[in-house]
Amino acid sequence: MADLPTATERFIQGILPENPVYRQMLGLCPTLAVTNGMKPALTMACSVAFVLLCANIVISLIRNLLKPHLRIVVFTLTIATFVTIADRFLAAYLFQMSKTLGPYIPLIIVNCLIICRCEVCASKQSVFTASADAMGQALGFGLALSSIAAVREILGTGMFFGIRVLPEAWPDWVIMVLPPGAFLTLGLLLGLVNWLGMIKARRAGNDA
Amino acid sequence: MIYFIDIMLIALSAALINNFVLYYFVGICPFVGVSRKVEMALGMGFAVTFVISIAAFLSWSITTMVLIPGAPVSSFIAGFFLPAEAAANIDLTILCYIVYIFSIASSVQFVEMYVRKFFPILYRSFGVFLPLITTNCAILFACLTIMSHVVGVDNPEDAWDLGRAIALAFFGGIGFTIAIVIMSGIREELELCDVPEPFRDAAITLVIGGILAIAFMGFTGVDSGIRKAVMPKPEIQAADSQLNADAFVYVDMKGQEGRVRIP
Repeated sequence: MADLPTATERFIQGILPENPVYRQMLGLCPTLAVTNGMKPALTMACSVAFVLLCANIVISLIRNLLKPHLRIVVFTLTIATFVTIADRFLAAYLFQMSKTLGPYIPLIIVNCLIICRCEVCASKQSVFTASADAMGQALGFGLALSSIAAVREILGTGMFFGIRVLPEAWPDWVIMVLPPGAFLTLGLLLGLVNWLGMIKARRAGNDA
Repeated sequence: MIYFIDIMLIALSAALINNFVLYYFVGICPFVGVSRKVEMALGMGFAVTFVISIAAFLSWSITTMVLIPGAPVSSFIAGFFLPAEAAANIDLTILCYIVYIFSIASSVQFVEMYVRKFFPILYRSFGVFLPLITTNCAILFACLTIMSHVVGVDNPEDAWDLGRAIALAFFGGIGFTIAIVIMSGIREELELCDVPEPFRDAAITLVIGGILAIAFMGFTGVDSGIRKAVMPKPEIQAADSQLNADAFVYVDMKGQEGRVRIP
């Protein structure tokens, strides 16, 4: 059995090389749904970070007790518990944001990203490594969400975080804040990231 | 008659106007991942429709029988432990997400057993996708929508009954099937095109999904238009007399008025 990556490796990998949205293509539902503004995007990123961290820690603590054929059910139930906590917290303290995010907070339960991290890392490695992995992936997820939300919000409303950055004369590209804009932005940004990766790989190939 | 129209409008809305994939972004993973061949996409769509209907039935039943305040089964059981007053008002809605996930996992299990027994070839062609439907957002999303119409309503009269819940779920699955089959047809044609390398596979699928979403945006307002056309006339005439000459009045699903000025 090959050596599993260490905590720092897991952390660094999660941010860009194994970015959950751009490289692993996991968790696309919230990526497309909540990125029509920076604030919902960051709220979603924080919620996912909380759930991912707690779920990873708990699964890592009980990793020796998991039966192979029941593990997905255990992961899902753990995640469901923490998502309930996050959802009730948002409903209590950030009610307006909770209404904006709507059903997408409970949909974190079936977010492939969290189940995948539990399966790949938390069920096999120590609590410290699992938390480092969770934080790295959450950072990567937050970066991805912010990049898409920035494009959509600036082009769609001329504002960034509610502060106007484009002149008043800018005709808002309303389609950017509607569903098609989400697909188009993610598709084009994904193409851009792939292209940058190809250039980097070609340069590394040329140097070698 | 009104009930039938209501069901039809829910069905239309779930399938086309507020399409699960192209408007609500649920079920994106199979949409991007499975949509290479039309037969595969069709099979996946039908499996999802089947599972979503069963899961909606289970979750509506459990929500109305066990979870909402004053539900029959939970008050009966709580009656053994708590005083009658507290037992009648027992509220278990905090458990709804966990309960829904359980019901979805069991629906998927049931469907898997059924397909393995009666359609073994289909089962083998599915491979890993069938258990993966458990994490399909579309099913949980349907359950959550039904929950919001049962638990989240202010007036208990407006709470959805089983017919509406199943209509939403089934036609949501049909809408998912429509979207995924269209996408797979396009992708089959795309095999013969020269897609730039950074865009192959996932990125071009998302861009095409965006164009599909623009196309489906053309359905917006159809349900409120139909509702306006079939509602009893006096309501509409009363609304008409108040409106500006160049504003378009519609009555939406909740019976509220909205006005849109068409420039």
